[in-house]
Amino acid sequence: MNEHKQPPMPGGFGAAGSGKFEKPVAKTSEILRRLWKYLCKFKWQLILALLLCVASNVLALVGPKLSGFAIDAIKPGKGQVNFPSVFHYAILMIIFYVASSILGYLLSALMIKLSCRVVNRMRRDAFDKLTTLPVGFFDKHQTGDIISVISYDIDTINTSLANDLPQMLTSVITVVVSFVMMLTISVKLMLVFVLTIPMTIVYTRYRSKKVRPLYRRRSEKLGAMNGFAEETIGGQKTAKAYSREKVFIGRFDRKNKEAVDANYEADCFASITGPMVMFLSNLSLALISILGAILFMAGSITLGNISSFVLYSRKFSGPINEFANIISELQSALAAAERVLRLLDEKPEPEDVPDAVELRDVKGNVELRNVTFGYDPEKPIIKDLSLSAPEGAVIAIVGPTGAGKTTIVNLLMRFYDIDSGTITIDGLDIRNVTRNSLRLAYTMVLQDTWLFHGTIFENISYGKDGATLEDVMNAAKIAKIHNYIMSLPDGYDTLLSDDGINISKGQKQLLTLARAILLDSRILILDEATSNVDTQTERRIQNAMLQLMKGRTCFVIAHRLSTIQNADSILVVSNGSIVEQGTHSELLSKGGFYSELYYAQFESY
Amino acid sequence: MKKVMQYVRPQLGKISFQLAIKLSANIVELLLPWMLSYILDNVVPTGDMRQVFLWGGLMILCAAIALIGNVIPNRMATKTSRDITESLRHDLFEKVMNLSSSQTDRFTVPSLISRLTADTYNVHQMIDRVQRMGIRAPIMVLGGTIITLTLDPVLTLILACTLPLLGFIIWYISSRGIPLYTEVQGTLDSLVRKVQENMTGVRVIKALSKSEFERDKFGKANDEMFEKERRAGMLMASTNPVMNLILNIGLTLVIVVGAFRVNAGLTQPGKIIAFLTYFTLILHSLMMISRMFVMVSKGISSAKRIEDVLDAPDDMVVNECDHVDSEYHIEFKNVSFSYNKKKENIADISFALRRGETLGIIGPTGSGKTTIISLLLRFYDPDSGEIRISGDKIEGIEPEKLRSKFGVVFQNDFLFADSIRENIDFGRSLSDEQLEKAAKTAQADFIFEKENGFLSLLTSKGSNLSGGQKQRLLIARALAASPEILIFDDCSSALDYKTDADFRRALSEELSDTTTIIVAQRISSIMGADKIMVLDEGRIIGYGTHSELISGCRSYQDIFEIQMGKRADR
Repeated sequence: MNEHKQPPMPGGFGAAGSGKFEKPVAKTSEILRRLWKYLCKFKWQLILALLLCVASNVLALVGPKLSGFAIDAIKPGKGQVNFPSVFHYAILMIIFYVASSILGYLLSALMIKLSCRVVNRMRRDAFDKLTTLPVGFFDKHQTGDIISVISYDIDTINTSLANDLPQMLTSVITVVVSFVMMLTISVKLMLVFVLTIPMTIVYTRYRSKKVRPLYRRRSEKLGAMNGFAEETIGGQKTAKAYSREKVFIGRFDRKNKEAVDANYEADCFASITGPMVMFLSNLSLALISILGAILFMAGSITLGNISSFVLYSRKFSGPINEFANIISELQSALAAAERVLRLLDEKPEPEDVPDAVELRDVKGNVELRNVTFGYDPEKPIIKDLSLSAPEGAVIAIVGPTGAGKTTIVNLLMRFYDIDSGTITIDGLDIRNVTRNSLRLAYTMVLQDTWLFHGTIFENISYGKDGATLEDVMNAAKIAKIHNYIMSLPDGYDTLLSDDGINISKGQKQLLTLARAILLDSRILILDEATSNVDTQTERRIQNAMLQLMKGRTCFVIAHRLSTIQNADSILVVSNGSIVEQGTHSELLSKGGFYSELYYAQFESY
Repeated sequence: MKKVMQYVRPQLGKISFQLAIKLSANIVELLLPWMLSYILDNVVPTGDMRQVFLWGGLMILCAAIALIGNVIPNRMATKTSRDITESLRHDLFEKVMNLSSSQTDRFTVPSLISRLTADTYNVHQMIDRVQRMGIRAPIMVLGGTIITLTLDPVLTLILACTLPLLGFIIWYISSRGIPLYTEVQGTLDSLVRKVQENMTGVRVIKALSKSEFERDKFGKANDEMFEKERRAGMLMASTNPVMNLILNIGLTLVIVVGAFRVNAGLTQPGKIIAFLTYFTLILHSLMMISRMFVMVSKGISSAKRIEDVLDAPDDMVVNECDHVDSEYHIEFKNVSFSYNKKKENIADISFALRRGETLGIIGPTGSGKTTIISLLLRFYDPDSGEIRISGDKIEGIEPEKLRSKFGVVFQNDFLFADSIRENIDFGRSLSDEQLEKAAKTAQADFIFEKENGFLSLLTSKGSNLSGGQKQRLLIARALAASPEILIFDDCSSALDYKTDADFRRALSEELSDTTTIIVAQRISSIMGADKIMVLDEGRIIGYGTHSELISGCRSYQDIFEIQMGKRADR
C-alpha cells in the first residue's frame, strides 16, 4: 500500500533520502536564537563558566609578565642574581599556574556537564517529537536519516558546546588581554598589526565562506556512497546470483571517487589554513623585528619591551589560528543544529479537537460514509467509500494488490485523516473523540510484525499494563507459541535481539498474535495477520483466531480466500471503491470479480 | 595495520618527498626567533638601517618559504590519503562483493556496511592527519630540542624530565578514556535501536497508545547515555589543564635553575628567554601529538576491522570440471548441508529435473526450502552429496558461467534507488524489447501505466511500490535475460491469486523450455508443477505430481485441505 506515498526522488542511487534534511540554509541568527533557548535554561551555569573562563585565562596570561619580572631579577654576571626576588616570582608563578589549571579544569568539567545536559534534553525533545508525529511522516522519511539526526548531528552539537565554545572564549580573552598588554608596551609597535590583522580577518572570512559549501558537499557525497554501500551489500546475494558483482563494483567506484574527491577539495582548502595563519604570525614577527629595531635605534623602546611584545604577539596570533578552525567546527555544528531544529519543527499530529470525548464502553458499530482519501489529495486512492460494520460483524476486505485495503485500516485508526466523508464508531464521528481512546478501541495485527529489543514476556505484554506471567502464558498457549518459547533456554525471559536467537517470520507473527490476544478491545483488525504462518500452524491457531474474533467487530484483510469464507460480509475493493459486497456464497453465485479471484487460486498453471 | 600499510607503500616516495619539503620548511621556521635575537643582539648595536631591512626582509622570505613549504606537502598529503582511501575502499568493496555467503553470514551485513563506511573513514582521517600533523609535530619537538641543547644542555635536562611525565599522562588518560568512549558508543547503539524500533513500529505504538511508555524508555537510555558521556568527558577534560600545569611548572623550574646557572656564570639571561620560547613550542607540539593519539588509536582499530575482511580467504574454489553424461538438467544426489555444522538444515535431498520441467517446493517455515536454492546457486557448498547441472558438477563450473544460467527472485529481494529500467536490467545491458517482454510476462503492467514508464524512479528498497508491484518487478528481472533455469523463492506471496495465476499461465506458455523451481507457501502456486517436493525439517516427506501426492502424502493433503477448503474435488 505504498504507492503514491511519495514522489520519486531526484538524483540517482543512494542519494535518495540523504538529502532529506539538507534543504536551503536557514538564517544563522535564527538557528542561534533557538539554540540559545536550550542554553538559557542553564543561564547561571553559563555565567559561572564565563567567570571561570575569564579568571583562568587572565591568571594564565599573568604568567609571562611574572616570568619577565623573574628574569629581570636575574642580573647577568656571576653572583649578581637576586635570589629572594627570583624565588618570590617563581612561587607566585606556580601559584598562578596551579590556580589557572584548577579553574581551567573546573571550566571544562562545567561545560561538559552543561553540554551533556543540553544534548540530553535535545535528544529527548527530538524523540518526544518523533512520538507525536503522524504516521505519514514515517512513511516518507528514511529511518537512517532520522537516526543520523538523533545520533550524529546531536553529537556534533555536543562536541561543539563542550569544546569549541570555551575555546572560543579563551581565544577572545587571550586576544583582548594580549592586545591590551601590547598597547601598554608600545603603541607604535602596534602599527604592525594595521597590516596583519585586516589580512587575517579577510582571509578568515573568505575561508569560511568558501569552506562551508565544500564541507556540505563532502558530507553529501559521503552520505551517497554510504547509502549505496548499504543498499548493495544488503543485496549482495542477488548481485551474485546475476553475476553482476563487477557492475556494482564499477558503480561503487564512481561513488567512491566522488566522495574522496569532494573530501579532497574540502581538505585541500582546510589544509592551507594552518600554514597561512602561521605565515601571518611569522610575518608579524618579521615586521616587529624591523619596526622594533628602528624604534629601538630611535631610543623609544627597550630590548625587554621588544621581547615581551614578541611573546604577546605570539599569543595574539595563536588564537586567531584557532579561531579559523573553530569557525569551521561551529559551522558544522550549525548545519547539524539546523537538521535537528528541522526535525523539531515537523508538524505533529493535529491536536484532538477541544471538546473531544473519550471513547468509552465501545460496542463496535463502525460506519464509513462517502469516504474519499488520497495520500496525495490530487490522486484519491479511496473514492466515495461507504460501508457499515455492526457490532460483532466480521467484515472481510479483499481485492487485488494496491487496491487500497491497507489504506482503509490507516483511516479507521486515524493514522491519516480522511479528505471528505465521515467515519463513526457507535455513532460518534472519530474526529470528535480523542485519538488515544479511539486507537485503544482497536486491536490490530499486521502483516509486518513488530517486535522490539526486549524479552518475549515484555513483547507479548506490551499492550497491556500489569499483565502477569500467567496471562502472557495463556495468550501464548492460545497462539500455539508457548511450547516453542518454553524450548528456549531462557523461556519467557529470552531476549529478542537482532542477532540473537533465530526466530522465523511465522513465529514472529504468532508472538504478535499472542500480544493481540491479551488485549480486550471491541474491534479487531487483522491485516494479513497470518500470511507468513505455514499452513499447518495456521490450522492449529484457527481456534485461537476464532476465539479472538468472537464477539468483536472484525476487519479481516487476506489474500488467502479460505480464511474469510465465513465472514458476514465480504467487500471486494478495486481501485479504491467497493465493486462487490455480500457473503461468500452470494458473491460466488454472482460470478463477478470475487468469483474470478476465488477460482484463480485453483488454477494450476 | 600490515595490510593497510601495503596501500601506503606505493605512496612512500611521495610521502618522503613531502616529508623532505616539510622538514626544510619547518627548520626555516625554527630559525625565525633566532634571527630576531640576531637582529637585536648583533645588528641593532651597529645602527645599520640597511642591515635591519636586509635581515627583516630575510625573515619575511623565510616566513613565505615556511608557508609554501607547508602548503605544498599538505596538499600532497590530502592527495595521497585520497588515493590510498580510494583504492582501499575499492578493494574492500570488491572483496565484500566476492565474499562467499557463509563468510557474509559470519561478518553479518550491518558489520560489513559499517566497515566499509565508518571504518574506511576513520582510516582516511588517520592517514591524513598523521601525514599533516604527524610530521610537523615531531620535527618541532626534535628541532626545538636540538636548538635548546645548543643553548644550554643542563636546562634541556628539565625538559627531558617533563617528557616522560607527559607521555605517561597521555597514555594513562587515553587508556582509560578509550574504554569509556567504547561504552558511550554502546549506549548510543541502544538509543539508535530505540529510534529505529519506534519508526518501524509507529503504527503498533500508536494503536496501543504506548507513546508515553516509549518516551520513558527512551528517556532512561538517554539519561544513561548522559551519565556515560559525562564520565568520559570529565576524564578527557583533565588532559589540557594537567598538561598545561606540567608545562608551566617546567617553565618555572627553568627560570629557577637558570637563575642558579646565571649566578654561577654558566649562562646568560637572554638564553633563558630563548629557551622559554622553544620550550613552549615543543610542548605545544606534544599536545598536538596527544590529540593525534586518539585519532590514531581509532584508526588502528578500524584498520584491523578492515583487514579482517580483506584477509578472508577465497573459500569457493573452482574445482576441476567433473562431467558425466546425463539426461537431466538439474540433479541433486543425497545432498546434506548445515549452516552451523551442528544441526543439519537439509538432509539427504535427491531429485532430478529434465529440461523444461517445473519443480514446486512446499513446506513449513524453516524446513529448508531456501537452503536448497542457495546450494543450487552455490552460495554454499554442500557438506555431502553432489549437485549437477547438465551433468556438470557445479563445483567445477566457473561461478560467472554457473550463475548466468539462472534467473532468480529471492524472498525480500533487492531493489535500489534508480529507474525501473535499471532495476530490471540490473547492469546487463539488455534491449528494450527484452525488458518489455519480461515485464509483460511478469504481469508488471503497472509500469506501462506510470507517467515515465520504465524511466520512473524507485526510492531506496523500492519503498514507493506496493509489495505486489515489487515482486512483479523482481520477476521481470529474473525473466529478462531468458535464462535456462528460473528460480522463484516465495516471490508471489504479495500477489493476489488472480495475478498469480495469470503470471503462471504466461510463464508456461512463453517459457516452456525453461526449467523452473518454485518455492511457495500457497499450494495453488505449485499445484501444476511437473514435480512437487514436500519438505519438513530438512527432509523430503513427499515427492511426485499433484495427483500422486494428494493420494499418497498426508502432509500434502493437509495443506491442500486447509488452503482449498472443500474444493478438493476440482
